[in-house]
Amino acid sequence: MAKITIDGKTIEVADGTTILQAARMIGPDVAPPTMCYYSKLKTSGGYCRTCLVEVSKGSEKDPRPMPKLVASCRTTVMDGMEVKNNSSEKVTDARKGVVEFLLLNHPLDCPVCDQAGECHLQDLSYEHGSAKTRTDFERRNFEKINIGNYIQLHMNRCILCYRCVKVADQITDGRVHGVINRGDHAEISTYIENAIENDFSGNVIDVCPVGALTDKTFRFKSRVWFTKPENAHRDCPTCSGKVVVWKKGDDILRVTGRKDQWGEVEEFICNTCRFETKKTSDWTIEGPSPINNHSVISANHYEVFEKPQELTINQIRPLAIDQNND
Amino acid sequence: MGKKLLLANDHIPGIQSYDVYRSNGGYLSVEKALKTLKPEDIVEEVKKSGLRGRGGAGFPTGMKWSFLAKPEGVPRYLVCNADESEPGTFKDRYLMSRIPHLLVEGMITSSYALGANTSYIYIRGEYYYVAQILEKAIAEAYQNGWLGQNILGTGYNLDLHVQVGGGAYICGEETALLESLEGKRGNPRIKPPFPAIAGLYGCPTVVNNVETIAAVVPIVNDGGDSYAAIGIGKSTGTKLISASGHIKKPGVYEIEMGITVEEFIYSEAYCGGILNNKKLKAVVAGGSSVPILPADKILTTPAGEKRLMSYESLSEGGFASGTMLGSGGFIVMDEDTSIVENLYTFTRFYHHESCGQCSPCREGTAWMEKLLHKILDGHGTLADVDLLWEIQSKIEGNTICPLGDAAAWPVASAIRHFRSEFESFVSNGNAKHPIN
Amino acid sequence: MEKKEIKFSNEALGLVQKMKSRYPEGKQKSALLPILHLAQAEFDGWLSPEVMDYVAQLLGIQSIEVFEVASFYSMYNLKPVGKCLLEVCRTSSCWLRGANEIVAHLENKLGIKEGETTPDGLFTLKTVECLGSCGTAPMLMCGAQFHENLTTSKVDDMLAKLKAENTRKTYLDKVEVNQY
Repeated sequence: MAKITIDGKTIEVADGTTILQAARMIGPDVAPPTMCYYSKLKTSGGYCRTCLVEVSKGSEKDPRPMPKLVASCRTTVMDGMEVKNNSSEKVTDARKGVVEFLLLNHPLDCPVCDQAGECHLQDLSYEHGSAKTRTDFERRNFEKINIGNYIQLHMNRCILCYRCVKVADQITDGRVHGVINRGDHAEISTYIENAIENDFSGNVIDVCPVGALTDKTFRFKSRVWFTKPENAHRDCPTCSGKVVVWKKGDDILRVTGRKDQWGEVEEFICNTCRFETKKTSDWTIEGPSPINNHSVISANHYEVFEKPQELTINQIRPLAIDQNND
Repeated sequence: MGKKLLLANDHIPGIQSYDVYRSNGGYLSVEKALKTLKPEDIVEEVKKSGLRGRGGAGFPTGMKWSFLAKPEGVPRYLVCNADESEPGTFKDRYLMSRIPHLLVEGMITSSYALGANTSYIYIRGEYYYVAQILEKAIAEAYQNGWLGQNILGTGYNLDLHVQVGGGAYICGEETALLESLEGKRGNPRIKPPFPAIAGLYGCPTVVNNVETIAAVVPIVNDGGDSYAAIGIGKSTGTKLISASGHIKKPGVYEIEMGITVEEFIYSEAYCGGILNNKKLKAVVAGGSSVPILPADKILTTPAGEKRLMSYESLSEGGFASGTMLGSGGFIVMDEDTSIVENLYTFTRFYHHESCGQCSPCREGTAWMEKLLHKILDGHGTLADVDLLWEIQSKIEGNTICPLGDAAAWPVASAIRHFRSEFESFVSNGNAKHPIN
Repeated sequence: MEKKEIKFSNEALGLVQKMKSRYPEGKQKSALLPILHLAQAEFDGWLSPEVMDYVAQLLGIQSIEVFEVASFYSMYNLKPVGKCLLEVCRTSSCWLRGANEIVAHLENKLGIKEGETTPDGLFTLKTVECLGSCGTAPMLMCGAQFHENLTTSKVDDMLAKLKAENTRKTYLDKVEVNQY
C-alpha cells in the first residue's frame, strides 16, 4: 500500500496505482483532466499531456521533488508521495499551454458539431484554456471520410488521442484504421478507404473525446441537449445490451454505451445495439441516465452524478466561436 | 595533437578491411575479454573509465550497464544506436565507414560484458551504404571466428545484425529506436519502464551510441584507469567532434577532453580558424539541440576563464550563459550569419522530425516554424517574438521524450542571446545583421 | 497501362528470408523497414498500395500496419518518383555553406521546383533535413550515393553523368566509399 497526498488530500492505495487513479478515488475536485487516457484501454494515456501534475515530494524514502511535471495517468504512486494538481501554478500554466496546443488546429466548429455539449475538449477549454486564440495561421484541413455505413471521420477535429486505434486493436479483430504520417501531419486513417466492418467498431465513437468520430445514424438529428438520455437494456447475443438511449419525445435518436462520471463507457456495446436497434419497443427502459456533471449539457435538467456546477446558457455556447472565421 | 584512441589507425591504408585491421591490433579486446575477463570485470573497467554516453546525453556508461536487469531465462540485448541524425553530427558515419571493425569489435566485447547473445546495430536509413560496409565487416568477423557459436572456444555465442531505419531523427531516442527495430512507427515509449528492464521485445536492453561502444575497445585493452587518465574531471577520455560551418577545415576530430574551445576553433590541428578569416559570431557546440552561444560566451566562461571542450566547462553558467557538449556536433558561424535564418533551419527540422504523439511537440514545433517563417518574410511583430518565447517554454519539459526540449532550446537561446536580431528583423524586414 | 504482377524476384525473396531470420521467432515484423527498402528498390522506387499489401502478406500483418510505418518514415515514397531522386540537405551546416544556392541551381537547371519531377521522369528534386554530412556541406544524396562539397559546376557534372547513365538509383546501390 502507498499513501499519497494530492492537493492536500490523502488516500491510501494499492501499489501500482497511478497518480490519476488515486486522484479519481479522492474525487473530481483533485482529479486531473484527461483527453487520451481511458481506463478500459490498455496502454492508453501519456499523449495529450493535459493530466500533467507536479510531484513536490517523490516518496517517503526519497523526498526529492520530480524535476519535471509528470503525466499522472502513466506515473505510479510511491509511498509518501505528494502531488500538486490544481494547487500548482506550474501545472495550471502548463495545462493552459496544452489546451492552446490542442486547439491550435482544431476548427472550433462547435455550432455544427454533433459532439458539442458532450465534448471533452469543450469542457477542457472552458475550464483550463484562454478565451482568445493567439494564432492566425491556417488550420489543418482534411476531407471528411465515411468509414463504413455508420461512422464518419472528421479528421479536422481529431486531437490524436489514439483511443480509437486502441479500441480497434484491443476489442475488435483485424484493425483497418490507424495513425498515418507523422508530426502535425499525422492523421487517423483507414488503409486506402477501407470500411471498418466489425461488430464492435462503433465503440470508436464513444471513446472519441471530440467530434472526430461521429454516429452517422444520429448526424444532425438533434443537439444532444435537446435529447433525453435513459438507461435501457435488451437481450443481446453479442454484448451486454446495457445502453443509454437518447430520446426526443418517444423516438430513440441514438444509442450509446453507458458512461461513468469520468466520461468513460462502462461496457463496450455492439453495433447492432448501437446502430440498428432504434425502436422504443426493442428496449426495456430503466429510467433517466445520470450525466457527468463535467459536461456542459448538465446545465439542462438531467439527473447528475453530483451537484452540477452552475452554468449559464452563455457558458454552454461553444468557446471562441468568434475566432472561427478564418 | 592529443592522444587518439579511436582514430589512431585512421591514416593506415586499407584499415577498413579485416586483415589490415587485425594486423594493427584489431580484436585484441575480444581475446582479452573472452579469455581472461569475467563480464562483471568489464563492467567494472567501464565504470572506472568514467566513459559517458557519446550520443548526446552524457550518461555514465558503466552505470547504465549495471542497471541492466538479469532475470533467469530471459534474453538480454545490446543495441547500438547508429541513428546519427542530430544536425551538425557526422562522427559516427565517419567512424563506421572508415574503421567498421572497431565498432564490430566493440559490439562483441560489450555484448559479452552484458551477457547478450544477439545484438543489433540500428543505423539510419540514409546511411545505407555504411550499413553495407558494416555488413561486410560483420561477415569477415564471422569468417574469422569472432562471431557465431563458441567464439574462441570459450562457449560464448553472439550473433550481430545491422538494421536500417527508414528516415526519422526521432529514432535516435532509444525507445523510439527500439520501436523502429521492432518494425513499428518510431514513437518514443512512455517511461518507465526503461529499456534496462523492458526494452527490445520486452527484454532487458542496453542502447549505446557508436562512439560509446567503440570506446569500450581501448578501455578493455588498456584498462579503465588508463582511459580515465585522459581528459579533465568527469570528462574522461577522448571525444569525436564533428566540426562544420564557417571553418577552414571541417571534419571529424578526436580531441582529448579539456582542450580550449579557442584552440579547437583556431588551431591548425583542428578547425584551422574561421573561413575567409572572418570574425566568429556564434557556435552551436553540441549538435542542433544545445543552446547557441555568441563568440564571447563560447570562448570564455562566466568566471572569465577560457572555456574548455568538456561536459562541465561547456555547461558552466547554465543556460543563461552556457551550453552543452551534447553529441559533439560543433557548428561555427561567421560574422555575416543571420541567427534568425539559421534558427529557422533548426526549427523546420524539429517540426519535420516530431513524431506527433504528444500535443506540445506536435503542435508547438509546427507553430514555431510558422512564426519564424512569418518573421523571415518580414511580416513578424515584436509580439511574435514574445509568442515564440512563450511557445518554447510551454513545450520544454512537457513532452514524452527529449525532442520537445531539443526543439525548445535552440529557440530560447537564440532569443536570449540575439534578441536584437529578431527585433531588427521584425522592424526592418530582411536587413543584414551586424555582429553582436 | 498493364498491371505488373507484384512479386519479388527469387533473389529478393532470398534476402527477405535472410532479413526475417535476424529476429527471434514471432518477431518477424521487425523486418518491415528493411523489406520496405527492398520493395521500393524492386518496384520502381515507390510503395504503391499493391506493394504494401504484398509486404503485409509476406510478414503476415495487416496492411494498415505497413501503411502506418511506410508513411512515418521519410525515405519511403508513397508516390512515384523519378529515376534519380535528388535529396538536397538544407539544415544549418548545409545552409551555412550554400545549400539554398544549390537548390536554386538545380531548379534552374532541371526546370522544376522542389517536389517536382522532370517531364522525362529522370529527376525528382526533394529538399530534406540533415543527412549527417555536415562537414562536407553542401551535399545531396541520390540513391545511396552522397554527393558532397557541392558547387554549381559539380552539380552540372553530376547531372550530366546521371543523364548518361539513365538508370534508377536506389538506396541499396553499391557505392564507392567517400573519401573524406
